[in-house]
This record gives sequence, structure tokens and C-alpha cells, in this order.
Amino acid sequence: MRYLLRRFGFFVLTLWAALTLNFFIPRFMPGSPLQALRDRTHNKLSPVALQDMLTSFGYKPDQNLLMQYLEYLRNMVTGQWGVSIGATLGEPIRDIVGQALPWTLGLVGVATVLAFALGSLVGIVAGWRRGGALDSVLPSVFVVTSALPYFWVALLLILVFSVWTGGALPSDFNYDNALTPDWSPAFIGSVLSHAILPAATILITSIGGWILTMRNNMITTLAEDYVRMARAKGLSNSKIMYGYGARNAFLPNLSGFAMSLGFVISGAILVEYVFNYPGLGYLLYNAVQNTDYPLMQVLFMLFTVAVLVAVFVCDAAIAWLDPRARAKG
Amino acid sequence: MTTLAMRAPAARRRVWNALRHNPKATVGLSIFVVFALLAIAPQLFTSVRRPNDLAFTPTLPPSFDHLLGTTTLGQDIWAQLVYGTRQSLVIAVVAGLFATVLSVLVGVSAAYLGGLADDVLSTITNIFLVIPTFPLIIILATYAGQGTLLVILIVLVVTGWSYGANQLRAQTLSLRNREFLESARVRGERRSYIIVFEVLPTMTSLIVANFLGAALYSVLTAAGLQFLGLGDPNSISWGTMLYWSQNQQALQSGLPLWSIAPGVCVALLGASFALLNYAFDEVGNPALRPIRRRRVHRGQ
Repeated sequence: MRYLLRRFGFFVLTLWAALTLNFFIPRFMPGSPLQALRDRTHNKLSPVALQDMLTSFGYKPDQNLLMQYLEYLRNMVTGQWGVSIGATLGEPIRDIVGQALPWTLGLVGVATVLAFALGSLVGIVAGWRRGGALDSVLPSVFVVTSALPYFWVALLLILVFSVWTGGALPSDFNYDNALTPDWSPAFIGSVLSHAILPAATILITSIGGWILTMRNNMITTLAEDYVRMARAKGLSNSKIMYGYGARNAFLPNLSGFAMSLGFVISGAILVEYVFNYPGLGYLLYNAVQNTDYPLMQVLFMLFTVAVLVAVFVCDAAIAWLDPRARAKG
Repeated sequence: MTTLAMRAPAARRRVWNALRHNPKATVGLSIFVVFALLAIAPQLFTSVRRPNDLAFTPTLPPSFDHLLGTTTLGQDIWAQLVYGTRQSLVIAVVAGLFATVLSVLVGVSAAYLGGLADDVLSTITNIFLVIPTFPLIIILATYAGQGTLLVILIVLVVTGWSYGANQLRAQTLSLRNREFLESARVRGERRSYIIVFEVLPTMTSLIVANFLGAALYSVLTAAGLQFLGLGDPNSISWGTMLYWSQNQQALQSGLPLWSIAPGVCVALLGASFALLNYAFDEVGNPALRPIRRRRVHRGQ
């Protein structure tokens, strides 16, 4: 329990650090977002409305910085995220984010977890069959695939499966625009076919890392005395492989998974951009294009929260799987 | 790690020999050398001198004059690729170097100082490790206006050091109570001397591996940033080529080479760092090396 409490403390601390960065970056970077905002909204908004918007953005020149900061923190945590000042001027950010979030969770979330699960499994087998056909080819291949740029794999897949096949698989957007969103088979099919290429991109580029680390952990674990002990006891191979080897080798991989999620999110932003997939990453790109500062702030916070939640879930899983983590406190 | 921790020249020679006979290291190093040549002397590989000028007929297919064809704007793709190598390589090496220096400073001093300093430094490291850096970089680059080379280098260093710092801290912690450090302390050496001349040399291979990892991260991230249009659109680099090809819909308009060629280069340079990195891992941890049947017969 103390272990989890300490990890939760880290969660809060990191979130606070991210929010603080978020607050101070616009205030200390060259180029005034305030001026950009005035220029953008010129002739579109009355001075009163502009003032309102600035207030919701956290700009209150008459207040001191500390008060602004505290109020900003409260607003972020309570979900009062203000309104967009980009292309969708005046729309509440909560609504914009609410529309994009399910798509990112569905695509990036599922693809990432799938890559991790599949990669770990292949890594277990490769590490177990040391020197086998799988093990001699895998490392070289996956060292290379894990170094591929996400967006370039996306472009390649579009070229091969969409352009060269005359549009066999869609390369754009999240579903066919002609359909109305409902639970009909046609719509679900359209959503799935639009997800194939982006999901494949994430899978191809992220699976290599999981396979390699899992294989390496597995090899290290299999050299341990308790594995030899299990062999001496005459346990079945599958029992040794999963119960003794994989179970222990998996722990570092799990914490590695949490730590590298930030990198996966980076890739996912580019993948969503290439496929015009209307998730959070695509939203961030648009926010940058339209200098929509409030939206950028909220998105950065959400990405941080997503990683932190994943880290925390992994920590909880480690505490559950590994008695040593619990005992150490 | 024990073989590497030995500081005798023999140990170092053994590392070098192991690397030389490692196929992954050979391939990785060869790719790097080719790119280094392109970066140092681009004029030897193409007759074009100003690759960004709109000097040719647009949209030419590959031919002898234009090995990879021309862009829809009338630039020679091969020439852009050759001249673009320099910036991508500079970003990788410079950002990788500074990020490594930072991670050595933070990681080693955190572990060696211990106590409160360690708590503060390792908490900062962990925060930087977890915060999703790419969105942060995008936002920073947006506020900073067009990302010049310097801006890109700075954000890459600021966001790229934490992973290495974490590893180096762990490694230093495991060394802390070794006898040779104890004897240095007894001799009355200063802390700075012990860190620089006693601790660091034992971690050379880990530091090199960290440099390779940071360089790989920098190559990929810089290319991604430039691809999104957050770099300088007039610079000559692979990422900028990718930006323009996407901007001009190269894939859809029958010029796939315009997107594919710079992507292959980014991927190859990335692969070269990744292969070298993995080779270093194999040298440091012989258990990971591919099993060779010959060895068994030799009775080793």
C-alpha cells in the first residue's frame, strides 16, 4: 500500500510540473500569444467578449502572477478549460476534446496495447528458443523497425495499400463521410477499414522495442538459479517458460512500457496527422496551425494525464505481481 | 558489465575486438560512414550546387540527369537528399552529444552525491522521463516561432537527456561501494576527481550507448518536427523535404520517390544508431549475442 501511495505522490507531482510548465511557457516565451489572440479576433469579437476570453485563458493583467497561477490550476483540475480561439472560435474546449478523445483511445490505445501484448509474447518465445530460427533473425529485423519514423511508415503504407491499389484501403479520416454514425454494420465496417492502416503503422513501429526488451529480459532471467532449480525438479517446459521465466522477465518490461508511452504518443500524433484521423493528435496539429493556445494547453495536459494514468496502472500491476515491490514500500 | 569495468587496456581491446566482429556493429558503422561522407563533401556526389533553387523542369521521372527525378517545384531530389544529409547528421550528433553530457552530469552526480541532492535530481529526471515530450516540443516550437536549427537543437537536448540520466544513475549506484572507489576516497582524492577519473571511465560503454540512443531519438524527433512544418521550411534537410512532399501531395500525384527517398535516409541513419546501440548491448552482455555453433566444437 505504501508503494502505491508513493507512486501516487509521484503522479500528483508530475501532473503539477506539467501544469506549471503549461502555465509559464506562454508567459515567458518570445512572441506574445496575447497579441496573436488580438490579431486573430480582430473585428470578430467585441472588446468585452475578448476580455472574457482572455480571462478564461487565464490572463488577468490586474491580478498578480501567483493568484493567476492558483486560479489556473483550479480551472484545469476542475475541468473549466475555457473556449477555443482557433478555427472553431468560441467553442468550449471540453466539447472539442470530447469528440476527439474516443477516436484516439480506440485507435492508439488498442493498437499500443496490442503491440505490447503481442511483442511480449513473441519476445518470450524468442528468448526461450535461444538460438532457434526465430531468435537469430528477430533481433536484427526489429532493431531496424524500431528505428523507423512513424510518419514515414504511414506514408509507405498509404502508398502501397491505398495509392497503388486504387484506394482498396482508405487513407483518410476516421469513417466514410457519406455514412451517418450509428451501430449499423456498414458504419462499423467503415470505421474498422479506416483504422487498419493507422493501427498497422503503430503496430509495426512499436512492436520491435517490446520484442527485443522482452527477449533480452527473458534470456537474463532464464540464466537464474531458480530456473535451473525448476528444471531439476522436472517441471514441464511450459510451466518453466511461463511460470518461472516469463513471469519474472515481464516485470521490467511492464515498467518500461509505462515509461515509453510518451514516445508512443509522439508517434501517434504524427500518425493521426498523416491519416487526417480526427483524434487528439490531429487536434494538436490543428491547434498549432491556428495558434489556439488554450486548446494546446489542455491537450498537453491530457497527454500527460494519459501517460501518468498508464504509469500508475502499471505500478499497480507490478505491486500485484511482484511481492518485492510491495515489501520495499 | 564486469569485463567493461576492468580498466586495463586489455579489456578495452577485447571490447573493440568484440565490436569489430559483430555484424550489427559493422553494418551500423558502414551506414554512418557513408552518411558522414555525404555530409562532409556533398559536392562530390552531385553536380547541383544550390539544391533548393527551382532550376529544372518540374515533375521529371528518374533519369541519368536526375537520379531520383525532380519535385513538382523543379528541384533535383537526389541533390536535395545529398545536401540534406549534413543538417540531419549535425542534429543527431550535436543534440545526442549535449543530451549525453547532461545525462552524465545529472545521473552520475545524483547517484554519487546521494541524500537530498539525489532525491531532487532523480525526481526531476523521472518527471522529464514521463512527460510526453513531443507535444511539449511542438508547443515550444510554436511559441518560439519558426524553429531554426538552434531552437530544434535546444528542445531536443532539453527533452532527450532523462532516459540516459536514469540509467547512469542506476549504474553509478551499483559502483558506489566498490573497492577501487573506496581506496580513492581513502587516498583523500576530491569528489570531482573521483567522479571524472575513477567513476566515468568504467562506464564508457554505457555512455556511448546513451549517446547512440539520444542521437536516434534526435534524428527521429527532428524529422517529425520538420515534417509537421515546425522547422525552417527553407532549410535543406530530409525532414524539410518530407514536409514539402507532403505539402505538394507527392504520393497522390505520382512522385512517391520524393517522400520515400528522404524517409529511407532517416530510417537508415536511425537504423545505424540503433544497430550500433544494440551491438554495444551485446558486447556488454555476452548472453544476448547470437549463439554460434562453431564455438561449441572449439570447446569453449
